[in-house]
Amino acid sequence: MKLEGKVALVTGASRGIGREIALGLAKQGADVVVNYSGSEERANQVVAEIKELGRNAIAVQCDVSNGESVANMVKATIDTYGKLDILVNNAGITKDNLLMRMKEEEWDDVININLKGVFLCTKAVTRQMMKQRSGRIINISSIVGVSGNPGQANYVAAKSGVIGLTKTTAKELSSRGITVNAIAPGFITTDMTDKLTEDVKDLMLKQIPLARFGEPSDIANVVVFLASEDSRYMTGQTLHVDGGMVM
Amino acid sequence: MADVLERVTKIIVDRLGVEESEVKLEASFKDDLGADSLDVVELVMELEDEFDMEISDDDAEKIATVGDAVNYIQAKQ
Ligand SMILES: NC(=O)c1ccc[n+]([C@@H]2O[C@H](COP(=O)([O-])OP(=O)(O)OC[C@H]3O[C@@H](n4cnc5c(N)ncnc54)[C@H](OP(=O)(O)O)[C@@H]3O)[C@@H](O)[C@H]2O)c1
Repeated sequence: MKLEGKVALVTGASRGIGREIALGLAKQGADVVVNYSGSEERANQVVAEIKELGRNAIAVQCDVSNGESVANMVKATIDTYGKLDILVNNAGITKDNLLMRMKEEEWDDVININLKGVFLCTKAVTRQMMKQRSGRIINISSIVGVSGNPGQANYVAAKSGVIGLTKTTAKELSSRGITVNAIAPGFITTDMTDKLTEDVKDLMLKQIPLARFGEPSDIANVVVFLASEDSRYMTGQTLHVDGGMVM
Repeated sequence: MADVLERVTKIIVDRLGVEESEVKLEASFKDDLGADSLDVVELVMELEDEFDMEISDDDAEKIATVGDAVNYIQAKQ
């Protein structure tokens, strides 16, 4: 096991990719804080599955776009486990619309959760990680943050922002033994992509050289790598995990 | 006074790896003691723990010398 004795906090871990990340880290020996926004029952179920693996876990409700709520979540983590080794900024939403139709509110909501949320969670864990002189921060961006995508001006701006934030945080914290990397997933089968029409899905599939949609575990595997000692000489990078969509 | 200065000095010596004799009240963390911005942030964090107090970001920005830190802590205690 690669993560024995480590403590991880995964945001948006009640469903989809985050859920699989939480389980993947636990399988490698980590204790996990399972963050959620509204899905209490599903978060509790993830906690139960982690306990079945013989690891510790707690579910913590917190809106990542709210600084006070984030500070309380990190405090609950330290109070429970006494340390924090791994932060995975995974929570995210979409509110798609053409730029011409996009409402200010749709812009703000996506930027607040997908970009400001990453800033707030990163800031909140930094104190503990600096003291420990070690830490791993893994940000879930998106391949469209690299390529752009019509209908997702808010989402793409946020996800590109996460890549820039990843590089800057990596530079600021490198001297304290903390690495910061991002993952840019392509099309992964979750509730988020379930919303898309069959036409859009067909069109996407044609652009994927490996000729299939990704599974949440395809992302979780790379998170485990970035959280482990195996990636110790990497920081500030964005790994494309997208079946070859964007090269 | 002596007590606060002693405890502050110990933290600075440990954290910045300087000689105790260099830690004078007028010494600036950045200009005289070789600290970078992140070192100063960390020093403030350790002072918070040592003296069990919260130092707001606004206040922290005003702490530039050893004397600033000692005065701030004494005023708050
Ligand atoms: N699916 C893809 O194809 C794809 C591609 C590229 C990038 N991504 C990124 O991967 C991440 C996970 O996506 P997903 O597909 O797994 O999404 P999902 O199935 O819709 O799950 C989203 C998760 O985020 C949580 N969440 C939403 N708003 C939150 C908030 N304000 N505070 C805390 N948690 C919040 C949700 O919690 P509740 O259950 O409590 O609502 C849920 O656990 C996102 O950042 C997404 O942008 C996904």
